[in-house]
Amino acid sequence: MSGNLYEVISAVGEMIIGNRQKLTDLDAAIGDGDHGINMARGFEAVKAKLQGMEMESDIGKVLKIVGMTLISSVGGAAGPLYGTAFLRAAAPSQGKTELDTQTIGLMLEAAIAGIKERGKATTGEKTMLDALVPAYEAFQDGANTGKTVTACLELAYEAAQQGVEFTKTIIATKGRASYLGERSRGHQDPGATSSYIMLKALVEYLRR
Amino acid sequence: MKKVINVPEQVVEEMLQGMVSAHPQYVKRVDGFEVLVRANKPEAAKVALVSGGGSGHEPSHAGFVGRGMLDGAVAGAVFTSPTPDQVYEAVKAVDNGKGVLLIIKNYSGDVMNFEMAIEMASADGITVDKVIVNDDVAVENSTWTIGRRGIAGTVLVHKIAGAKAETGAELEEVKRVADKVIHNVRSMGMALDSCTVPAAGKPSFVLEDNEIEIGMGIHGEPGTHREVLRSADEITDHLVDKILADMPLAAGEEVAVLVNGLGATPLMELYIVNRKVAALLKEKGLHIAKTYIGNYMTSLEMAGFSISILKLDSELKELLLAPADTPALVQF
Ligand SMILES: Nc1ncnc2c1ncn2[C@@H]1O[C@H](COP(=O)(O)OP(=O)(O)O)[C@@H](O)[C@H]1O
Ligand SMILES: [Mg+2]
Repeated sequence: MSGNLYEVISAVGEMIIGNRQKLTDLDAAIGDGDHGINMARGFEAVKAKLQGMEMESDIGKVLKIVGMTLISSVGGAAGPLYGTAFLRAAAPSQGKTELDTQTIGLMLEAAIAGIKERGKATTGEKTMLDALVPAYEAFQDGANTGKTVTACLELAYEAAQQGVEFTKTIIATKGRASYLGERSRGHQDPGATSSYIMLKALVEYLRR
Repeated sequence: MKKVINVPEQVVEEMLQGMVSAHPQYVKRVDGFEVLVRANKPEAAKVALVSGGGSGHEPSHAGFVGRGMLDGAVAGAVFTSPTPDQVYEAVKAVDNGKGVLLIIKNYSGDVMNFEMAIEMASADGITVDKVIVNDDVAVENSTWTIGRRGIAGTVLVHKIAGAKAETGAELEEVKRVADKVIHNVRSMGMALDSCTVPAAGKPSFVLEDNEIEIGMGIHGEPGTHREVLRSADEITDHLVDKILADMPLAAGEEVAVLVNGLGATPLMELYIVNRKVAALLKEKGLHIAKTYIGNYMTSLEMAGFSISILKLDSELKELLLAPADTPALVQF
């Protein structure tokens, strides 16, 4: 993948910040109405952090900073989960200035493993994993058939979108929405939506 | 949104500054962090207690920092768990070599952020352990969910574990007592009206004029159901029933009661509720050793209350009645 890492992170951040209200409203329906506020605060912090430091070309190093910044600014459930995801994705991209499908596959895999470990959740529990895991699987399918990075990410993005739709059909068994039991059905998961939005920002950036 | 604030982004910071100005004999700020710790380190080394969570529950948790209760409190953004670095700073600030016990309310976010702080502190060689409070009987406690929420019963954990720590007990003893309180306490609440998170700018949920929500969480998470407003006695009856169905008590047993206001409920109404609680418990042959009434674990300006009932044994009773000297709870 070519393109400027800083621009990609900024595109992702802007889209999260732009969806602050939407994510908050989704969380208000089945959680406590702070997901958009928390995520926007986190990506504002990331923006400030990256602007305030010297340009770094090592992708792993930058992602580590993003992860640490999210951990110390988002709070709630999403902070440790997304923070851990970025920290874990930093490992396979350590020392790299460009990313190929193989590395991105490893990054997604590591990020998901981190989220699962931290949150002790799996797919089908109405969480961000229901967007991220299908996205990763679609990405790998594309990579295995020799598609380009952009094509693979487009597949991932579409799978994430379907994953978000899927969250409407199931009940939550993890996170705050699990308190609602059956009443959480019919609502889309805010965390799955923020994951989808990040992929969307990434794909839109690459299409530009 | 109508609130006495300056800017939504600054509410936690400005509240902490105001607390330190108000109670310099009790609390001081850990510079650069949303953490308040005791103004004076305890004279003898003791297990240190740290609690915290989202802000908006005042006087929880910083209001209970002081002799006989907490050593430090971490304030997250409104209704949002604090981040691991903040909790870690609190742990470092209060540790005096006998270990630190974290008192966490059972929300995924709180548990994850506090656990990350434990990992960070453990890497420094600090002994840290945790207890997780889950007293809200409104929530189904099944293996398919993350379990019950922690609500007002948490204050009783602070009180009793705090008293135990003050005796110089070791970390595992303090933890044992804290876990016993958690095992013996049940709570349930109701709301007449919602509250507005400053950064959100609109109410967390909306109730009709004559509608109430039964069993909502302290962040305004939906409860078990909504119903038409009934009398104080009927509502109290329902909540006490739910609590006792979950924790059967035999005649002759001793309990403590906390009738907790959620922010906008007058003391008059809390006393009216307590009148019924006392009558119901007496009817069952239970003896009330101690009653707390007031705003202990609020939800901003939410109107409503929760009832907590703690089953006592001689150990818990003695520790509950032990002195405490904090901004929000003074007991001789
Ligand atoms: N254990 C978990 N594993 C994976 N994702 C989770 C878990 N718990 C919660 N989430 C995700 O976090 C989202 C809620 O985030 P947020 O509102 O920021 O945190 P909180 O619930 O603490 O208020 C949920 O929509 C869900 O996708
Ligand atoms: Mg939330």
